[in-house]
Amino acid sequence: MLFIENLFVNYGMIKALQGVSLVVKEKEIVALIGNNGAGKTTTLKTISGLIKPTSGKIYFKDIDLIKLSPCQITKLGIIHVPEGRKPFANLSVYENLRLGAYFVNKKSEIEERLSFVFKIFPRLKERLKQPAGTLSGGELQMLAIGRGLMAKPNLLLLDEPSMGLSPILVEEIFSVIKNINEEGTAILLIEQNAAKALSVAHRAYVLETGKIMLEGKAEELINNENVKNIYLGVK
Amino acid sequence: MEYFFQQLLNGFQLGSVYALISLGYTMIYGIIRLINFAHGDIFMLGAYFGFYAITRLKFNFFSAIIFSMVLCMIINVIIEKIAYAPLRKKNVPRINLLITAIGVSFFLENFTSLKIIFGPDYQPYPRPFKIITFDFLGLTISSIQIIVFLITLVLLLILDYLIKRTKIGLAMRAVSYDKDTAFLMGINVDRIISLTFALGAALAGAAGVLYGICYPQIYPYMGVMPGLKAFVAAVLGGIGVISGAVLGSYIIGMVEVFTAAFVSSTFRDAIAFAILIIVLLTRPQGLFGKEEGIKL
Ligand SMILES: Nc1ncnc2c1ncn2[C@@H]1O[C@H](COP(=O)(O)OP(=O)(O)O)[C@@H](O)[C@H]1O
Ligand SMILES: [Mg+2]
Repeated sequence: MLFIENLFVNYGMIKALQGVSLVVKEKEIVALIGNNGAGKTTTLKTISGLIKPTSGKIYFKDIDLIKLSPCQITKLGIIHVPEGRKPFANLSVYENLRLGAYFVNKKSEIEERLSFVFKIFPRLKERLKQPAGTLSGGELQMLAIGRGLMAKPNLLLLDEPSMGLSPILVEEIFSVIKNINEEGTAILLIEQNAAKALSVAHRAYVLETGKIMLEGKAEELINNENVKNIYLGVK
Repeated sequence: MEYFFQQLLNGFQLGSVYALISLGYTMIYGIIRLINFAHGDIFMLGAYFGFYAITRLKFNFFSAIIFSMVLCMIINVIIEKIAYAPLRKKNVPRINLLITAIGVSFFLENFTSLKIIFGPDYQPYPRPFKIITFDFLGLTISSIQIIVFLITLVLLLILDYLIKRTKIGLAMRAVSYDKDTAFLMGINVDRIISLTFALGAALAGAAGVLYGICYPQIYPYMGVMPGLKAFVAAVLGGIGVISGAVLGSYIIGMVEVFTAAFVSSTFRDAIAFAILIIVLLTRPQGLFGKEEGIKL
């Protein structure tokens, strides 16, 4: 459903992406792993339209995303949960979730989506009236994903959802990711925690300094010597 | 003592006008971090639009205010689209936007000074309703003051409702906090920015008409001083903070009136700028500002 070909992105003189090609099919979890600075976040921002590429193609079901604005891309159900959770700290948890379903006006529909999110993250329900700025790191990640789910995504783009979380919370977040996918949502998952990412993904790409170095089924990459050495920390 | 309370009323009247102007400064700063130095000139345009609506179009006072608000909204949105939006999209440094705003300000002042536009001369402002004075606990309140207070109150309540209770207001708060993430929510950020310029201009337009009936003389440079003082009020309250701008405006209005009444009217302009300097030196984030404070 998502098709990226030969994508080049520059920040002024810095060449962040140098010919990235990747595909996400219906109902898949695709992991994009790579070290800090490899260009993972840039890839996601280019998909969601925050950054425009210098060249290359991005198609979502035959729709050329490069021509669209970020809010039009959101309307297609491509939902980007940004790196660092990016809560609106000045707004309440409820208001953050409400913004996730910005296009929806029907009260009953919003209620329905809220209760769906609360089923996954009951903790958010307790915090509903609190300013998002008062949440803990784990709760903020739940809010970020919950806010994304409020949009009923067709394709969810997750940027390092496990960053800075305790091992227990990492487990919890990854099992949620798995569940969301099992309900039919395709996911492009960015991670530095390659072992975890490969354990839930169907397929994966390895990004190094703006180029895709490796791709394949997740279980193949787990056993690849290079991946083991560099990303899984196995010696 | 009576004189004191009478001045209190006058300060409240002036503060109301400043509040309506300073909200535009603070909202526009909140949304694109621009100190819109042309905002005082929108207030001037508002005064003139009201003037023409009453004298030429024979509008009644309330229709004249609405007329002025609508025209100011349209003009400010056009200014934003022509002058600021192209720069914003190139991600230029903020100082470029600021200099552009000063340019827009000079343009509006000089363009409206042309004979074929408003002309450079002072114009006496019409009084579209009878001035009645009421005695209240030994104080004299005029119908002008009552109308200024009521209209300011109504506009502030509408604004508060819009920002706190509507989806558009929620989007405005989101955009002012973090534009990129607002985009990811599907918010049309450019439209929200336009809307903020429109809202600020509507309030400034209303302020222009109210100012005209309070201090009945208008001219193309009339926006400079009230604009600067409303800016000081916004900084005093904590720029970007809506309630701060209102409170800051009443403080500035009071201080100005009391300085003129009890010290000397030659200091009335200087005092606002003295306050600005003191705030910037001692508490640059203003009374209610939380974060960084203003950066030009
Ligand atoms: N806003 C920016 N301006 C300039 N360079 C940037 C910017 N964002 C990222 N970069 C650079 O682009 C490269 C890729 O960054 P990024 O996509 O954030 O990597 P990752 O998410 O894989 O850590 C890095 O070299 C980074 O320094
Ligand atoms: Mg990153």
